[in-house]
Amino acid sequence: MGNAMRELDVSKIARAVRHMCISANCNVPAGSIAALERALETEESSVGKEVLARILENHRIAREECLAACQDTGVALVFVELGQDVKLVGGELYDAINKGVREGYADGYLRKSVVTDPVFERVNTGDNTPAFIYVDIVPGRDVKITVAAKGGGAENMSGLRMLTPAAGVEGVKQFVIEQVAKAGPNPCPPIVVGVGIGGTFDRVALLAKKALLRPVGSHNSHPMYSKLEAELLEEINKLGIGPQGFGGRTTALGVNIEFAPCHIASLPVAVNLNCHVGPHESVTL
Amino acid sequence: MDKVLETPLTADDINGLKIGDVVYLKGIICTSRDMAHLTIKDKLEKSEALPVDFHGAAVFHAGPVVTKNDAGWELRVIGPTSSIRMEPYAEMVGKLGVKAIIGKGGMRESSLRAFQKYGQVYLQAAPGCAALLADGIEAIQEVHWFDLGMPEALWVLKAKKFGPLVVAMDSRGNSMYEDIRTKAVKMIDTLYRSA
Repeated sequence: MGNAMRELDVSKIARAVRHMCISANCNVPAGSIAALERALETEESSVGKEVLARILENHRIAREECLAACQDTGVALVFVELGQDVKLVGGELYDAINKGVREGYADGYLRKSVVTDPVFERVNTGDNTPAFIYVDIVPGRDVKITVAAKGGGAENMSGLRMLTPAAGVEGVKQFVIEQVAKAGPNPCPPIVVGVGIGGTFDRVALLAKKALLRPVGSHNSHPMYSKLEAELLEEINKLGIGPQGFGGRTTALGVNIEFAPCHIASLPVAVNLNCHVGPHESVTL
Repeated sequence: MDKVLETPLTADDINGLKIGDVVYLKGIICTSRDMAHLTIKDKLEKSEALPVDFHGAAVFHAGPVVTKNDAGWELRVIGPTSSIRMEPYAEMVGKLGVKAIIGKGGMRESSLRAFQKYGQVYLQAAPGCAALLADGIEAIQEVHWFDLGMPEALWVLKAKKFGPLVVAMDSRGNSMYEDIRTKAVKMIDTLYRSA
């Protein structure tokens, strides 16, 4: 085969997307379950403990009966890492992804939560399309696909600020903590905090979103950013918002940071939140 | 023993509740979210009739997942949506006679004022626990405004024992959310004193 292109039929991508839409919404990620179990042991508030136990029971029922863990099965974000030696055949990539979303949301009895235009009509598209698609070209012959279902409650509590270099690490921390405090009970705590730092106005928001695709309990490979993740988690859990916002130490299960180079004058920071369900799943084809 | 309140709710039912109490609901629960609230507002402005009587009602900020089979509508999962989006309708909802609002994340000053004026409470249902919460609903009685889309329609649900629900805002001006918000802001001051 040598350097020949690998052919991949887009119908395989459609099938994988369909499967992951259903599976991700019914199976809360293992990293989040493990973090919830740890939180149940360390939570000091009795209400908080009760809430965490109920959340774990809900996630077990959802998994066993293949029900959506949360009624808000979100908009479908689909991230594709497309190997540059892959030739897609059998149709158009974006059509295949939207077909997968349409079938997954129908067959999995998942809620359709997309409206046509944001201001004037707000008519439900009826099949949860269009998916929000991001494609990266990467080396190799594989195609990695990640489906993330993003609910509205947590997404609405996101924020972005264009800090300047003088703000430094303290400025970054303060913005993140204030954003979480301002969100309070709305993003369905315990939450996962996705933080993007650097890049540009548009890039930093995507970094924050991509940070949420990393498993809860994983760490940034850069030691300074990994340390910042740990510090932020500790400080956020001092806020006392707690599970369901009824008080307690478990406000966040994890803080994931992704960073990128940026302009000499800039220090963009974005915060994107996930609820305790935070459905996402990946597959490599 | 669990405290179960039955709809239509009375002034006595509501006055007996304080923040932190845990209750269950039995009877009729109506869902309404962004578009249903907007539709109610439009109909009231045009003096048109509403499809349900809201006196003593429990209104649930929720967009359920429902399927239709030969026997009729069947509820699959249901859970609360962020109530803060319905804050602009606080006075309207109070005036309608709604006694209990079920949702998540709580509401703010206009709602607290309406709750005191009209004798209402805010009940938080466990967010992100849609599989568990659906167990408390025994049937779907009817649906109105289905053209708004499944999540946005007004679903009339029959509850056998829906909950647990935490009284998070009561009819005397108390809010668990305000207490926790105040503490969180104080903590930020402690962590970042120079700010």
